[in-house]
Amino acid sequence: MTKGVPDFSEGVVSFDEDGHLERGKTPTVMNPNDAYALEAALQTKVRHGGTVSVMSMGPPGYQEVLEEAMESVYADDAYLLSDREMAAADTWATAITVATGIHKLEAEAGEEVDLVFAGFKTADGETGHTGPQTAWCLDWPMITHVIALDVDEEERTVRAKRLVEGDIEEIETVETELPALIVPDPEFAPSYHRASHRLTHKDLRAETRERVNDIDDLVTVWNHEDLNLDPDYIGLDGSPTIVESVDPIPKAPSEREATMIDPADEDAMGEVLDELLPYAD
Amino acid sequence: MTDEYEHYEAIVVGAGPGGAAAAAALADRDVETLVLERGVEAGSKNVTGGLIYAEESAPYTIDDLFPDVRSEATDRPVTEYYLHNVAGNKVKTYDISGLHGHDTEWSDAVLRRKMDAWLADEVHERCRETGGGLLTDVRVNGLLREDGEIVGVTCDEIEPITADLIVAADGVNSELARDAGLMDWEDPEEWFQGVKAVVDLPADEIETRFDLPEGEGAAHLFSGDLFEGARGGGFVYTNDDSLSIGTVFHLDSIVDEQVEPHELLDALLTHPLLADWIGEDYEELEYSAKLVPDSKKVAHPSPHEDRLVLVGDAAGQMQAQGPIIKGMNHAVTAGALAAEAFVEARRDGDPHAAGERYERKLDSTGTMGKLRPRRYKIAAALGEPEPISGLVDSVVASPVGRLALGNRVSDKLLGRLYDSPFMAMMVPDTRTPYVTMPTVIAERLGEPVEGESHVEPPDLTERIGNLTYNTDVGNPHIVVEDESWEASGAAVWSCPVSARGFGGGCYREETVETNGSTERAVSLDTQPCVECGTCAVVADTHWEHPSGGKGVEFKQG
Repeated sequence: MTKGVPDFSEGVVSFDEDGHLERGKTPTVMNPNDAYALEAALQTKVRHGGTVSVMSMGPPGYQEVLEEAMESVYADDAYLLSDREMAAADTWATAITVATGIHKLEAEAGEEVDLVFAGFKTADGETGHTGPQTAWCLDWPMITHVIALDVDEEERTVRAKRLVEGDIEEIETVETELPALIVPDPEFAPSYHRASHRLTHKDLRAETRERVNDIDDLVTVWNHEDLNLDPDYIGLDGSPTIVESVDPIPKAPSEREATMIDPADEDAMGEVLDELLPYAD
Repeated sequence: MTDEYEHYEAIVVGAGPGGAAAAAALADRDVETLVLERGVEAGSKNVTGGLIYAEESAPYTIDDLFPDVRSEATDRPVTEYYLHNVAGNKVKTYDISGLHGHDTEWSDAVLRRKMDAWLADEVHERCRETGGGLLTDVRVNGLLREDGEIVGVTCDEIEPITADLIVAADGVNSELARDAGLMDWEDPEEWFQGVKAVVDLPADEIETRFDLPEGEGAAHLFSGDLFEGARGGGFVYTNDDSLSIGTVFHLDSIVDEQVEPHELLDALLTHPLLADWIGEDYEELEYSAKLVPDSKKVAHPSPHEDRLVLVGDAAGQMQAQGPIIKGMNHAVTAGALAAEAFVEARRDGDPHAAGERYERKLDSTGTMGKLRPRRYKIAAALGEPEPISGLVDSVVASPVGRLALGNRVSDKLLGRLYDSPFMAMMVPDTRTPYVTMPTVIAERLGEPVEGESHVEPPDLTERIGNLTYNTDVGNPHIVVEDESWEASGAAVWSCPVSARGFGGGCYREETVETNGSTERAVSLDTQPCVECGTCAVVADTHWEHPSGGKGVEFKQG
């Protein structure tokens, strides 16, 4: 699962005078936290094989986000759930839509999805709800704040190390049955400690570079009819969340006084030197 | 216990020409081969002068193993070769194309980043078909032993791996050769140190200024009085669209004469002889340095132990005799011979016994004979002991010597001698052939060079600043074990990125005041390190390479 979010990087993001985000002037990029989800999915693919699909709900312009995601996870294909009826969805309506998309993916592929990886909250909404709610919709177990994971193919289980309550000081190891939903923590670090894993990784990178040349052929777009979803349960109509208003966070008052000095003003610079003199020893 | 480790039939450590040749020859014989390279890309840790040769007499040449190498990865073929004897602005030049052409099928200028990276792609493809492949960013840090016997390698980044054959092609500072006790870093007399500037020059300008036919190249060597008496010389090689200009000296000479290697390079760069070639706009693309083994002294006659074989610089297989400078070709031959040896040993049911066969092949193909020539041994025995070499040197410099060398008959004779492979094999490692004789020849027979150099080489700060580093912060790969000036002071001037009175390099002179007395000591900052290995020999250090992908990254090499 991935999402396109405004690029909040310094110098790229654009706000109006009231401090509201100017969506049209700010480019869309893949949600930064999704990178950890993709790393974890890639590590699983490298170690155990299988296919990786990228899925997102969003407007048609999201293809670029999917392309970025595909290249970073060496994905086999991508699915974009996109239509006007899905617009302005909250996390709940999004989870219903994505879970339905996953079921359709299983039906189309004729095999079951073993693992779904979701990013740890998005850079725009910051809720961290969509992944867990999707697990709820799928009725799958979920492991959050994952920093390392290992799949046992024979036992069909996944064992993960996770931060308890997101605290780096407290790490527990948990295990659950497949299928499961995994939310990697930003502390997640993929490990490729065997030469064979690194060779596979290199193969996948080369294959992906070839494959993304034909990215248009690899992206499937599904609308609400394809998913057989009632418009009343998705998009704005299906969202129980009501955002009454958004208040900008007031700027913290400065605790110290500052004096502005023009470097060309010799007298003023002399005062600066006088101030500094006691520390000059 | 080693059962839990990954196993490959062969592991090749290092993806230079020796490692690439070994890996290609193994893969071509269906040996499952894994190549581990510590650079971010093959070639990013490697430096050459450099010319690569294909010898007529060699059992394997690089284009035997990689048929497209010349069209894809090497630079200009060298079709002209000159040696310049220099005294002040007087120069006497001899055409040594005959010597260069002796036993030479072809010889091309190369830059290692370009060549090695290309070779590595080829190698990966071929090895992948065997179930192996090539990985970058992995530093092999030692040998894996079981019951005292070498069975594999250990790495910084990945778990230990076992193999039936381990090819150490990890370069002049081979950590595996040292782990196995086959090589050491003790004696400066056994090594050369080279420094090089790659200088930008468009292809058409190269052809105009060197008067070369399109696509052809030239090599020029320099010796005489321009290097403050240090034993060694300089070179200029033409690449496709740059020049490789460098100097190489016996390391003991750098230590004893207390010369700064980068200043000797600058002496060559700013000599009026080079002024017309370089022109007004000097743009240095890269400054680099490398330790070079002197095969006459250190080529290991028996470069193997258990399942381990050493190849190329790791085994000291670098031939430098007067103007004959050949390393990469011997590494290629050795790599392929090691592969041959392994496949034969495996066929005979004893894959772990490749080492003995490899040694026999080095001898029977004449490779070891080139690396350790008998003629040199005899000449060295006669010419290198101090009383005799001192006497010869003073005779050459005396009026008698000057008369003997400086007439028209001797001019003709000298021309023939310099161009003779027989003589080149016998050149002793004394001042006489490097400094005294060329100086006398140039003084007596040379013509003054007109013109003036406008070259202003960058200083060390700029040179270091232009290099790319991925520093392993907080994890220095070199530790000075004895910081006293007596033990480690030579590193301050010998290190190519350090200098006396320069605070921005690796090694600095420090003054330590203890109990009222003042002592000189050295301090080290490995950030600007170019991983040449000089300080491992001239100072008392614990020396390792940085982890995979870390440290300096050469773009030219």
